[in-house]
Amino acid sequence: MSRIESCFARLSENNRKALIPYVTAGDSSKDVTVPLMHAMVEAGADIIELGVPFSDPMADGPVIQLACERALAHGTSTRDVLAMVKQFRETNNDTPVVLMGYLNPVEVMGYETFAKAAAEAGVDGVLLVDLPPEEALEVKPVMAAAGLDLIFLVAPTTSDERIKLIGEAGSGYLYYVSLKGVTGSATLNVEEVAGRVETIRNLAKLPIGVGFGIKDAESAQAVSRVADGVVVGSALVNQVKEHQNDPAAINQAISDILSAMRTAMDT
Amino acid sequence: MSERPDFSAFPDARGHFGPYGGCFVSETLMGALDDLKAMYERLKDDPQFRADFDYDLAHYVGRPSPLYLAERWSKQLGGAKIWLKREDLNHTGAHKVNNTIGQALLAKHMGKPRVIAETGAGQHGVATATVAARLGLKCQVYMGAEDVERQKLNVYRMKLLGAEVIPVTSGSKTLKDAMNEAMRDWVTNVDDTFYIIGTVAGPHPYPQLVRDFQCIIGREAREQSLKQAGQLPDALVACVGGGSNAIGLFHPFLNDESVAMYGVEAAGDGIETGRHAAPLSAGRPGVLHGNRTYLMEDDNGQIIETHSVSAGLDYPGVGPEHAWLKDLGRVQYVAADDTEALAAFRELTQVEGIMPALESSHALAYASKLAQTMSPEQNIVVNLSGRGDKDILTVAAIDGIEF
Repeated sequence: MSRIESCFARLSENNRKALIPYVTAGDSSKDVTVPLMHAMVEAGADIIELGVPFSDPMADGPVIQLACERALAHGTSTRDVLAMVKQFRETNNDTPVVLMGYLNPVEVMGYETFAKAAAEAGVDGVLLVDLPPEEALEVKPVMAAAGLDLIFLVAPTTSDERIKLIGEAGSGYLYYVSLKGVTGSATLNVEEVAGRVETIRNLAKLPIGVGFGIKDAESAQAVSRVADGVVVGSALVNQVKEHQNDPAAINQAISDILSAMRTAMDT
Repeated sequence: MSERPDFSAFPDARGHFGPYGGCFVSETLMGALDDLKAMYERLKDDPQFRADFDYDLAHYVGRPSPLYLAERWSKQLGGAKIWLKREDLNHTGAHKVNNTIGQALLAKHMGKPRVIAETGAGQHGVATATVAARLGLKCQVYMGAEDVERQKLNVYRMKLLGAEVIPVTSGSKTLKDAMNEAMRDWVTNVDDTFYIIGTVAGPHPYPQLVRDFQCIIGREAREQSLKQAGQLPDALVACVGGGSNAIGLFHPFLNDESVAMYGVEAAGDGIETGRHAAPLSAGRPGVLHGNRTYLMEDDNGQIIETHSVSAGLDYPGVGPEHAWLKDLGRVQYVAADDTEALAAFRELTQVEGIMPALESSHALAYASKLAQTMSPEQNIVVNLSGRGDKDILTVAAIDGIEF
């Protein structure tokens, strides 16, 4: 069983939902990321989504765009991100790590080189936001052979037919984008999300994580009532920006948010 | 090159030109692109749609545009005859309007009340604002903050036309960033918004439909060449940023094996300096803005900043069909630098009384070199894709003149 699969199985046994924080690797400096990953696990994170910085993050709002710019300003490369995961794995062998980003930095390495290096570093899954399943025919078997889950997005605009297709193409979990827009957009509508998640459940077998628009303990709790996982990104990345010269303050601020979410989700 | 495909049969059903093209966007846009594809498939051969498009091209744009023999310039160069396809005489002053007319008709059929566009030099923004004004559509145009500064006249033109120009301050503040921002807008407002992409790049079906709308250039030029020169041209020359004017000229000739084709990229300060905008000449394949194509990127797959004196060519990617035509060897991709383009700008203005856009000046610069290697019996058609009025302030600044 993969780390992601056993994580969801374990949570399900205990009737709990996954808390899935996102931070951009290398933001605000390369040294910040690994200690932050450990701090997030201590604060209750079940899976970590680690952003691979890209110069043109078209699906992201200003918060994550700026995080990419900060990470790239001191040259965070895809190989640096893999090195961070490897270092994280030295003391954590349980928490799944999913790399989230765009196709081009992966493509430039070559699919096989990337997949091999990612698996060796201890990466569990890869989510490339500009790679829909129709274009993933070549990369999917390469990731699968390396034991990496390829995670796809489902959107409010996704047809039932496509949900089935995505459910069959993906592994690990499905990432439901709760609203039309970029990351860090307006607040989500929980009722609408609940309806969509139910539709997805009827059409696909994978666990469903919901992201976009989750900002605080209240929205995390509401989403955890209907989904299998709650993804929080921009709200955390904002804290990295706020405290960018102070790694301890970053860890503290993010841990506070995650702990509050964890408590709210578990009650 | 003996196993050339039938170029008219591409892209394939999923938008691929060989390994290039495709549809690399986030899931939220997939539905909208499927809808657009279905609507375009339904309308492209519909007699009424074609008649509406042709009517607008004739009576609103002013087509056909002339094919003009630049006799004095050709003689001065002492080689092949240079014919200019006068897209600069179109309404709004460039080839861009051929495409915005077509896409605005699609927007109308799809019932979208709002259009958005990205623009570099501002020509596509102006052409979009123009058709939006005519059809009563709400229009917002994304433009890199640096381009807003160097293309003030076009910014004001768009405002006069009722469009809102939104300066983009992220990244390199040029065309690629404007395109990122337009994509972000589209993903947020996908229900009521039609994204009018200005070039043959972006996710499928854009490279196909923009090409189809621009092919009027090549179809006319082919007919005019046969009539006026009595033969097909020996060579075609067009500038390539995203590549819409070039593909529009080239495509109807692709199956004519005797016709050589040259796409001219912007060499900026010179290819060897790294400060240029020539992905086909000095880049490599990758994925950006919804399609796989040649890109200017670093070893980590990050897109690098481009440079060209012409804002319309200042783009790190290129249409996927060009990438494919390069690999197949059907089109030769070359480059002209800022200095050569500026010299051609002045030369055509002084010798023929035609002031070309700085983008088109890159094609003229290469054509003048090519002509000198050919004989006076031979013919070159250059796409004079736009007029130079918008560039007067840029050229004046280079001359040290301030207004």
